[in-house]
Amino acid sequence: MTAPTVRLTDLRFAWPGQAPLLAIDRFELAQKERLFLRGPSGSGKSTLLGLIAGVLDGGQGEIRVMDEDIGQMSGSGRDQVRADHLGVIFQMFNLVPYLSVVQNVILPCRFSKRRLRQVQENGGAEVEAKRLLERIGLDDEALQARNVTELSVGQQQRVAAARALIGGPSLVIADEPTSALDSDARDRFIELLSEEASQTGAALLFVSHDSSLAPLFDRAVDLAEINGAAG
Amino acid sequence: MGVSIFGLAWRSLMNRKVSAFLTIFAIALSVALFLGVEKARNAAKSGFDNTISGTELIVGAPSGQINLLLYSVFRLGNATAEISWGAYEELNARDDVAWTVPISLGDSHRGYRVLGTNLGYFDHYKYGQGQSLLLAEGQEFDDLFDAVLGADVAKSLGYELDTPIVITHGLGARGFSDHDDRPFRVVGILRPTGTPVDQTIHISLEAMTAIHVGWETGTRNPLADGITEEMVRSFDLTPKTVTAAFVGLKNRATILRTRRAINTQMSQPLLAIIPGQALAELWQVMGTAERVLLAISAFVIAVGLVSILTSILTSLNERRREMSILRATGARPLHIFTLLVAEAAVLGFIGAILGAVLIQAIFAIAAPILSAQYGVALIGTGPGLVDLYTIGVVTIAAFILGIWPALTALRRSLADGLTVKL
Repeated sequence: MTAPTVRLTDLRFAWPGQAPLLAIDRFELAQKERLFLRGPSGSGKSTLLGLIAGVLDGGQGEIRVMDEDIGQMSGSGRDQVRADHLGVIFQMFNLVPYLSVVQNVILPCRFSKRRLRQVQENGGAEVEAKRLLERIGLDDEALQARNVTELSVGQQQRVAAARALIGGPSLVIADEPTSALDSDARDRFIELLSEEASQTGAALLFVSHDSSLAPLFDRAVDLAEINGAAG
Repeated sequence: MGVSIFGLAWRSLMNRKVSAFLTIFAIALSVALFLGVEKARNAAKSGFDNTISGTELIVGAPSGQINLLLYSVFRLGNATAEISWGAYEELNARDDVAWTVPISLGDSHRGYRVLGTNLGYFDHYKYGQGQSLLLAEGQEFDDLFDAVLGADVAKSLGYELDTPIVITHGLGARGFSDHDDRPFRVVGILRPTGTPVDQTIHISLEAMTAIHVGWETGTRNPLADGITEEMVRSFDLTPKTVTAAFVGLKNRATILRTRRAINTQMSQPLLAIIPGQALAELWQVMGTAERVLLAISAFVIAVGLVSILTSILTSLNERRREMSILRATGARPLHIFTLLVAEAAVLGFIGAILGAVLIQAIFAIAAPILSAQYGVALIGTGPGLVDLYTIGVVTIAAFILGIWPALTALRRSLADGLTVKL
């Protein structure tokens, strides 16, 4: 039995001077699992993602990512785990405006030696970036050369997905990545993301307020149900 | 691999071209101003030191060494007393003296000083690195009523060869006490020298005496109106006094001994000065103003550097998103910090280089014009160590200033986490 990608035990979190926001006794995300986490806005899901991604500090309890207790780690230790093992997709504005499509995709390889090694085994960062872009339907050379701000929102989200997946991360966190997309683009995006995540062997933590998406995943969890501090 | 942090900084700046360009422009202008002041200051000092050369001593009636220098070389102010012709001859006859050039000042023409001298002036008076006075047109004075003009005089008054000119007694306005009974003729125009020679009208000592026949009391004596030019020409026109004399020595090594001898052992009390020494003392007086100018231009650079801060700090709000993307893709706080500090340093560096290039371009355009129009040679304004130092200091200062916005961005990106609350 291998360790789960994410395991939270007795997690407690409150912003300074505020009521407790998160109280999760037990939460697990198995390796390669595709999990749908439902939660309305304001339910603390962004905070939860921040804690799992290791950019927020101050949670009590145990936060294990890739079997490492990042809650006990220093800031730079968490940065290392994030750089090496995590891919993140935001709701929108995912891309660095002054970098090209390909440069945006290979950005994580700039910050993680592990992911750089991984792509070098597959023929180098640019080759891997183009391969990923091709897989998610952005194989047009002219499109890849374009300024990222000229891309449609759907295209931007797919570039972000390629970036999250490059270098074989263990976990992809997607925070409402489809809320700016129409339903056709949304379903196609989720399909592509799921497919690519299983291809690269990454677990997927997909967060949304839209319960109708739940059937597209292996498992669905309602944040309100596992969060004792809710209400 | 991919894009380095400096590459990111550069691309980020290019993404904000207008703001980055304006900041670089502000830095470039301030650096150009500073280097311009610094170089012009040095050029002015060199030009000033080069006003007179080849003359070992200047001898006049006892006053002060700056006073004597001002009126004899710069044509500023007046001699309080003159030296008698006898004393001048005694000086000229000294064994250690190779040559002397007497000068007589006091009259003017339309605001330009008139200098009475002899032909030795054109041989011995030197400026710059020993350059002689050269005629642009015509010849040296020959006849009694011939005049040789400095370049500025001819240019600004529009005089050519053969233009008749009337000299005014003293330095007052024209018309009131003109020597209009004895007009002069322009026979020569000198090339520009960038020294007070350009603003001088040269006539012979004898002519200086001749126009003052009948003026012995200081104003025109009506009884003298009957004296014709022929009669004047027949007089003994040896001057009774001269204002000062330029002196060349046979052996430069005796300069201090000769000066002491002239100051103490002559039949009439005289003052001998060493031009270089007096120039240095005079420059000390003017040096304060020059240092103030330099200080002001250094402050202008500080203002330029603050514009880097302003532009980066104001960009931080709209770039919170960019920072959190970088953080999410694995950038560490040090990367964010380096990115912003690098941006500041890049702005400072490019601005400083452009500023140094700009001032060279300005000098390259201005030098021929200054030289042709005013005879001012810009000495030592080319690229030098001072440019390198300035570029280095500005870049380092920008780098250090960049720490402030870098820390701000860092603090924010840590607080923002993955989601930016805009």
